[in-house]
Amino acid sequence: MRDDLHDIVVVGAGIAGMRAAETFRQEGYDGALTVVGDEWHAPYHRPPLSKKLLSGQIQRAGIDLAPQFDVDARVLRGASAHRLDPSSHTLDLDDDGTPLSLHYDGLVIATGATPRSWPGGAVPEGVMLLRTVDDCLAIREQLADDPRVVVVGGGFIGAEVAATCRMLGLEVALIERSDGLLLSALGAEMATCWAQLHKSHGVDLRVGASVEEFVGDGRVKGVRLNDGSQLAADLVIVGLGVSPATEWLDGSGLRIDDGLVCDATGAVEGGSDVVAAGDIARWWHPRYERHLRIEHWDHAGRQGETAARTLLAGADRADAYDELPYFWSDQYDVKLQMLGVPTDYDSFAVVDGRPEDWNFTAAYGRDGATIAVLSTTPGRVQAYRDAIKGGDEFPPTLSA
Amino acid sequence: MKVAVDLDTCDGNGVCMSICHEVFDVREDGLHVLDERPRDELRQQIKGAEVSCPTQAITVED
Repeated sequence: MRDDLHDIVVVGAGIAGMRAAETFRQEGYDGALTVVGDEWHAPYHRPPLSKKLLSGQIQRAGIDLAPQFDVDARVLRGASAHRLDPSSHTLDLDDDGTPLSLHYDGLVIATGATPRSWPGGAVPEGVMLLRTVDDCLAIREQLADDPRVVVVGGGFIGAEVAATCRMLGLEVALIERSDGLLLSALGAEMATCWAQLHKSHGVDLRVGASVEEFVGDGRVKGVRLNDGSQLAADLVIVGLGVSPATEWLDGSGLRIDDGLVCDATGAVEGGSDVVAAGDIARWWHPRYERHLRIEHWDHAGRQGETAARTLLAGADRADAYDELPYFWSDQYDVKLQMLGVPTDYDSFAVVDGRPEDWNFTAAYGRDGATIAVLSTTPGRVQAYRDAIKGGDEFPPTLSA
Repeated sequence: MKVAVDLDTCDGNGVCMSICHEVFDVREDGLHVLDERPRDELRQQIKGAEVSCPTQAITVED
């Protein structure tokens, strides 16, 4: 371990930042440790925000990360970073209205991502974003009034919110600009499959459609689509994806390109003594030989751990992180699990079961090698871990 | 170190398995703990699985 680190600062108190903080202590770092978080809440689990917390199946207390997170650190809540000067190792904060400068020997940047707001500017009341627990609880309160819901954006947040609302018995329309639901994440074959899932549950799914404007003064009454049609709505939930929260790093000299560009150990390019993890970070992935910015829950935590170890070891002695990205999504009674990254796949095959039975496994390949596996059978994707890591011939077969 | 899982709470999301497949195995019939007293080298991963579990179904005792 480096012996010149006495003052470590972690910016961002989500899963990536908190796992980093915890790792410093587990690895035996006993210097000063400060965690800066812009939310007032203690760290919490985000995945339930579009699923069980939204539906009311679990309550607010059920998503806290505590009590496991009992990290020996100074935690500043309601504090946001607004400037970084890597040359003097100084971080400027707005600590609930009071300016505060922190010196660091080592810095972890894990400020995550912010949801893209409606590009058209001001929106009527009843048009809502979902990112934080406060957003979720505000939406949940409105769901109790039995609203007609329009969900704008057919990525995972939009698809999960639509499914949750349908399960609550609400009338739901789901609008996606591209030609398929979950298209960029799953590809055309599975996009069709999940579109069918939503339609069979009664969602009014419109792909290749976009919202031109919101109807209603004061309170939203509906949306007007690009084909001129109008959909009635009492509540509109906008899920247009997220952007990495890098604005505050403009001018810092760190390399920003759709996130903070990092090597495979989490060290940020263009800086020293600075690592990054989670939604904000675009790490080099040795298996895929490209920079990837992964917005997955377990990935954020594991990157936080790795980034902390990188900082402690020093950049030239740090280990690369080559674990495969993994995520899951719950929609209705179907649990999708994906291991690996299917981006730019050129072949696709169902390798087990039948999609129409909703109990199946499918593989993605590129240049003859297996790059990702999707399954609705719990845990099955992990059986293909070695095949994906090793780039086995496509389609993959399971060794007994 | 002892690993316990609340199977009523477990949703089979597979986060633990993704972090530490040596100990956690999610199958069609639910989560299986392959080793309830895992070796100490796996501590980091197991602690990671404990805190990352989105349903808080894993408990690790020292």
